[in-house]
Amino acid sequence: MHLAYPAVLAALLFCTGLYGVLARRNAILVLMSVELMLNAVNLNLVAFDVWLSRAAEETLHSGQALTLFTIAIAAAEIGIGLAIVLAVHRNRGTSDIDRLRDTAEGHESPTADGHDNDAPTIDGTEKAEATA
Amino acid sequence: MTTTTLAVLVPLLPFLGAAAGLLLGRTAPGFVRPLAVLPILTALVVAAVVAVRQGGDAAVDAATELTPTGSVPIELALHIDGFAALVAVLVCMVATCVQIYSTGYLRDDPRYPSYAALVSLFTSAMLLVVYTGDLIVLLVGWEVMGICSYFLVGHYWETPEARAASIKAFLVTKLGDVPFLLGLFALATDAGSFRITKVLDTVAHGGLDHPTLIALLLLAGVAGKSAQFPLHTWLPDAMAGPTPVSALIHAATMVAAGVYFVARLLPVFEASQAAMVVLAVMAAVTMVGSGVAALAQDDIKRVLAYSTIGQLGYMTGALAVGDRGAAVFHLLSHGAFKGLLFLAAGVIIHAAGTNSLAAMSRMSHLRDRVPDAFWTMTVALLALAAIPPFSGFFSKESVLGAAEHVTTGHTEHAPGAAGWLILVAGLITALLTAAYATRLWLLAFRGRGAEAPDHGRQPRSMTVVLWVLAVPSLALGGLAYRTLPDWFDGNDLTPALTTSVIGTGVALAGGLVTYAAWRHLTALTAVTPIGAVAAHPEGDAAQVEAEAIATHAPAYGDVASAPDPADPGRLLLGPLHRHAAVGFHLDAVYQALFVRPVQAGASLVRFLDREVVDTYVRGAGALPRWLGIAVRRAQTGNVQTYVSALLAGTVVLAVAALLVASGA
Amino acid sequence: MTLASAAATASLAASGPHGFLSPTGVEIAFLLVGLATFGAALVTVTTRQLVHAALWLVVTLGGLAVEYLLLTAEFIAWVQVLIYVGSVVVLLLFGLMLTRAPIGRSPDADSGNRWAALTVAVAAAAALVWVVVDAFRATWIDLDGPAAGSTEVTGASLFQNWVLPFEALSVLLLAALVGAIVLSRKAKAESSSPPMNARGATQSSRSVTESSPPGPDTRQDPAEQEGAR
Repeated sequence: MHLAYPAVLAALLFCTGLYGVLARRNAILVLMSVELMLNAVNLNLVAFDVWLSRAAEETLHSGQALTLFTIAIAAAEIGIGLAIVLAVHRNRGTSDIDRLRDTAEGHESPTADGHDNDAPTIDGTEKAEATA
Repeated sequence: MTTTTLAVLVPLLPFLGAAAGLLLGRTAPGFVRPLAVLPILTALVVAAVVAVRQGGDAAVDAATELTPTGSVPIELALHIDGFAALVAVLVCMVATCVQIYSTGYLRDDPRYPSYAALVSLFTSAMLLVVYTGDLIVLLVGWEVMGICSYFLVGHYWETPEARAASIKAFLVTKLGDVPFLLGLFALATDAGSFRITKVLDTVAHGGLDHPTLIALLLLAGVAGKSAQFPLHTWLPDAMAGPTPVSALIHAATMVAAGVYFVARLLPVFEASQAAMVVLAVMAAVTMVGSGVAALAQDDIKRVLAYSTIGQLGYMTGALAVGDRGAAVFHLLSHGAFKGLLFLAAGVIIHAAGTNSLAAMSRMSHLRDRVPDAFWTMTVALLALAAIPPFSGFFSKESVLGAAEHVTTGHTEHAPGAAGWLILVAGLITALLTAAYATRLWLLAFRGRGAEAPDHGRQPRSMTVVLWVLAVPSLALGGLAYRTLPDWFDGNDLTPALTTSVIGTGVALAGGLVTYAAWRHLTALTAVTPIGAVAAHPEGDAAQVEAEAIATHAPAYGDVASAPDPADPGRLLLGPLHRHAAVGFHLDAVYQALFVRPVQAGASLVRFLDREVVDTYVRGAGALPRWLGIAVRRAQTGNVQTYVSALLAGTVVLAVAALLVASGA
Repeated sequence: MTLASAAATASLAASGPHGFLSPTGVEIAFLLVGLATFGAALVTVTTRQLVHAALWLVVTLGGLAVEYLLLTAEFIAWVQVLIYVGSVVVLLLFGLMLTRAPIGRSPDADSGNRWAALTVAVAAAAALVWVVVDAFRATWIDLDGPAAGSTEVTGASLFQNWVLPFEALSVLLLAALVGAIVLSRKAKAESSSPPMNARGATQSSRSVTESSPPGPDTRQDPAEQEGAR
């Protein structure tokens, strides 16, 4: 099989994931796009491993091993990521990442009122909306 | 000790005294007066010993080179001939008198320590100029004198007159010093050395390539330092300084330096006929102009200042006719009687509480209050007016004799035109000198009106030195005119009969005319009351003088003249008086020629700085600020935007790297 | 490129000439499945229905599993199916539910960054495809003979050569597990403190009863409230 097929497919999938990461508003959709990018890399790893196991007689199967590791790490990542998204959603009432603009210029540090009730947090949200 | 060692000590002692005075002035006020007087007194003794040892024989030359300084070596050199030895004695003597006088004059002055130290430094610089055999070392002393005169003239810096005068003195002398420096460089380049002996050797063998240029450049510096036309305007204004400083500047140090310098390097000037003619014209204009101006001044010190300019004109005139012996002879006698005149004037100002002759002419019995000043000043004024047998007569006659010598065909040193010019101008000036000396004496000591206030006896330190200086004023000329040629070039300094008779005649005529005018106007004195006296007659002399100077312009309308119809000078000069009082509008000319263009240039520069340069500066500041605002607007806090920009950059970089790697 | 060309000549020498325009059956199958996968991925990142995105992600991941199979990497393929399709997507769906993502079309699924993202993605795709095609224009994978990714081969490789990283991976997974629990528990622990507790109460009451007074929270997008309903 022509090596370009899986390689091009992987490249396209990666860029699709890239678009998703950059364009999606919901944090969980961003996580899905990250999964797409990871899978594109996995496809590359498998394809090149299969190619090299014949062409270069490579017997370590490092590509497949790395794919397995990537899958495992992706699973861990999705767990942690979802936990973070849930925590953010619980604290801020939203999981839209373009509203999480605490690093914006001119934004008051939320740590000062972290233990207050939710009025300052909403203030921050309003400010983020105003700047958006 | 060898003569060389002693000679080194002469400038060194006042310098050390100045340094110690500056260091100890605040911490140990008790040492200030001894530190001011003793070093200069010792220097006087040492200078006298050096003069005796030198004795007018071959010059003492010594030189050491501290370090190589490029193509033309600079050496610490001594060159002591008869001129140097005698001038140094005069400088030390006047400086000693001034220091002693100052202890009384500035008795209560809080700035006396720095004042005394600066006077010592001033003296030390002049002695360096006198003794040195190297032109660059001479220049060091020359410039140190300039800065010292700046500080000392501005001693009463609380008054605006003193501030303006000190800056003017500094700037005007600097105006001459710049060409002077260039002239020194040109001279040293032509001669291949800064040593005076080598320069004179080169000149003797005709080795100067540009004699006229060099001489004219040097003349500019001399005119600035010695207050010759057209750079003399700083000297009358420098009267805003304390009187002892005026005495020091006029009698011994600053203004004598220029004449002394020309006397030392006279062969350089003689190499150029044009320079000698310029020198003669300069001297003639200075002499006559200053005489007329002196007749119109109201401030007693300004009269003396213009008289100094005139007497310096005599000295440069003698140099212009190639007789440096006569020039230095007049320098010596003038140093004595002019120092005396200033110190006595200081006593009179203190006693009268004013520096205005118009006010003094309305006080009776002023001479009874200050008998020492009266008698010594009479002696000094007679010397100034060149009445025999006072010393001024002999020295002035030697100048006139030298000029007459040139006019009679002995023109190997100087052009005949210069001789005639100096002779005629000198005789006119003799007339004027006698006139203003008589006017000064009559107005100061023959006043009519209220009695002068009695402030008790003047301090002994201020009166004793008057008598000390009166001795050479009276007798130096008569005793020395036979022996001095041995110390100098050997030219005869004996008064010639013709010039003596004519000179004394015109001097007597000037005095008599002035006396007649004064008698004629006596009645007017009582009719027009005028005058103002110091508010603190119990203060020390310096305070009285500072107040007198500060109140002259408000009281009389001008720092120089007073609207006194009883002034004989006003009658004698007629319509000329108005112009003479302001120094023939030379200040206005300078104002138009130099000050206005410089101020216009300054405002132009300020405009350029504010509007043009600052615009660039502001622009340089605004661009980053706008950039900062733009960058700040980019900080939206949206992580996706950040990552987009990051990845876009990554793509661009990757494509660029690929293109480079694939050789595209 | 030298490596690629060297490899290409090697494969040429090994298995004879291949026709670029005469694809084998495997290639056709790969191409078709690849097109389906890519299309599903595109829909995943563009659809306005959040749950549909998760379901299209299932299609994409499944398609990728088929591609692994076509590349003879069967073990990877089954792991892909098990972990991604089986657990990850389920986790994502849970996440969507827990964050009260709206069911149905949400008009603002994409942020305002869309056009910049599209530009960057297209540029990156162009660059990558160009590079990959240029590099591997003449490279073929030899799929004949024993499968390169059979379970036996993979297992032998994994437990002969990759044992230590494999064990280290378990530590990583444990850490992730603990981290996820801590993140979740931390929120609960904080919710026991009075201010947090108050906020949690208002939110829960609002989301459950809908009778809460119109507080600042009601300014949130109506889509979310709809989802909460």
